[in-house]
Amino acid sequence: MLSGWIDKRIRYVFIMPALIFVIVMMAFPILYTLRLSFTQWSMSATRAPVWLGLANYKSLFSSDPRFWGAVGRTFAFTMIAVAVETFLGVVIALILNRETRGQNFIKTLFLLPMIATPVAVGMVWLLMYEPSIGVLNYLLGLVGFPQGLWLASPQQALGSLVLVDVWQWTPMITLIVLAGLASLSREPFEAAIVDGASRLQIIRHITIPLVQPTIVAAVILRSIDAFKTYDIIYTMTQGGPGFATETLNIYSFVLGFQYFQMGKASALLMIFFALVLGLAIILNWLKKPFEA
Amino acid sequence: MSETNRYQRRKRLGNIGYWAVVALVIIPFLFPLVWMLLSSFKIQSDITRIPPVWQFTPTTQHYRAVFEEHDFGRYIFNSAVIALGSTFFSLILGLPAAYSIARFKQTKFSLGILVARIAPGITFLIPWFMIFSRLRMVDTYTSMILAHMLVGLPFIVWVMTPFFEGLPIELEQAAMIDGSSQAGAFFRVLLPLTGPGVITSSILAFVFSWNNFMFGVVLTGAKTKTLPVAVFNFMAYSEINWGGLMAAAVVITAPVIIIALVAQKYIIRGLTAGAVKG
Repeated sequence: MLSGWIDKRIRYVFIMPALIFVIVMMAFPILYTLRLSFTQWSMSATRAPVWLGLANYKSLFSSDPRFWGAVGRTFAFTMIAVAVETFLGVVIALILNRETRGQNFIKTLFLLPMIATPVAVGMVWLLMYEPSIGVLNYLLGLVGFPQGLWLASPQQALGSLVLVDVWQWTPMITLIVLAGLASLSREPFEAAIVDGASRLQIIRHITIPLVQPTIVAAVILRSIDAFKTYDIIYTMTQGGPGFATETLNIYSFVLGFQYFQMGKASALLMIFFALVLGLAIILNWLKKPFEA
Repeated sequence: MSETNRYQRRKRLGNIGYWAVVALVIIPFLFPLVWMLLSSFKIQSDITRIPPVWQFTPTTQHYRAVFEEHDFGRYIFNSAVIALGSTFFSLILGLPAAYSIARFKQTKFSLGILVARIAPGITFLIPWFMIFSRLRMVDTYTSMILAHMLVGLPFIVWVMTPFFEGLPIELEQAAMIDGSSQAGAFFRVLLPLTGPGVITSSILAFVFSWNNFMFGVVLTGAKTKTLPVAVFNFMAYSEINWGGLMAAAVVITAPVIIIALVAQKYIIRGLTAGAVKG
């Protein structure tokens, strides 16, 4: 009988379709990209890929300043954005952490930046960043701050993109930390109040250590995603001005789908993939001591 | 003044102070979205005016242009078909897989699916594009649904596995004593109990697909162009038409924001999954 047959093999029958899908759509493409990374090919149907060995990797590592620039910017973008988001996110969570009636409504409002379509977010920030007609420079002028060139300036462009990322994703840290705070038991706090601890002492010596595992987990999730940021950068600057905002994700896209250097793009993608996996593994390993 | 009165007054002042701080914190996070909405109803010369215009007679000209001159109705349809399709098929593949991982501790398989969640989407884009080109599947719903499933499926498995782990094994044993098969117990007994998890993961899978830009840039064409690609292309026209752009941005963001307002509880649970236990 069919259902008996399924029951006996249910652990495989239930996972097989998903597994086959992942193999066909992910594992196979990665192997294909790996093979392509040893060749030179411009997607031509008539000319087959030419075997180059490690030449693509060599040229990226030793003679491509755009590659090293992109590596540096990807790490800088990730580290600065995640550091600012973590700090702001935790501070805001501590401010909001109160049992009031409006709590859920506030959380809903906080949800909007990270769930809004990134392309649309990019568009409105483009308008706001516009140096002469943008509302941001106007508001800065009102309070007497120097005005910026934002995306128009090679020096400020990457920082401007970090700011958009901070706007989008600080709420995520806040919401995660709030959820972590809600799950804490009250006893240590009550004991500290009885002992006469001040608010700041409680936050420093009790709250933060207790939510630390949650914060660390949030930082890991966010770092991996920030490292792969694409939508905001591509819609707002496409890597420019010059290469001032070209990260690994953007550079791979340009190499592959604008220059059609499929071999070199594939080599870059394999490096990018390895970096993301390595980052995930290292972060998870670093997280161990923080787990209770 | 009595002690209690003073206490109440201090409490009320504290509350006002609290809400003032909350407003101060939240305004910067809402401002860009409000600005997008306001600008979409301004005439072009008001959008670029400094100091900004706060009071104006709203115009719907940009929305009319977006739908009449640029066929956004069609892009909405495309995005909806792809988002609904990829979410539906991700659930069909993902729910049994999550159950199998949870019940039989198939950590090796779950690791493979987790890699799909971590890997940058662009890694697969070159082979997909070549294979789909060869199969003449570029610019079809099928290729886009398959691509978006690689985002939705791992997410669903990731969110759902702990849900199934949390269900007592006695439930399915009881169903099986009553004569149900294990597969039947899964569909009739367990699945209905994981409703909140299914809602959470499918809402977010839908939103991820709706918002996805990168796959659409490469895999769509005239027939299946999705909203994010259409909005981006809108910008590429010679002179930036800010009004039209903001209207287009509102059109694409509105559904997601409405979903967020209605289902915030589920979305927060999904987005914070993996960081917070329980």
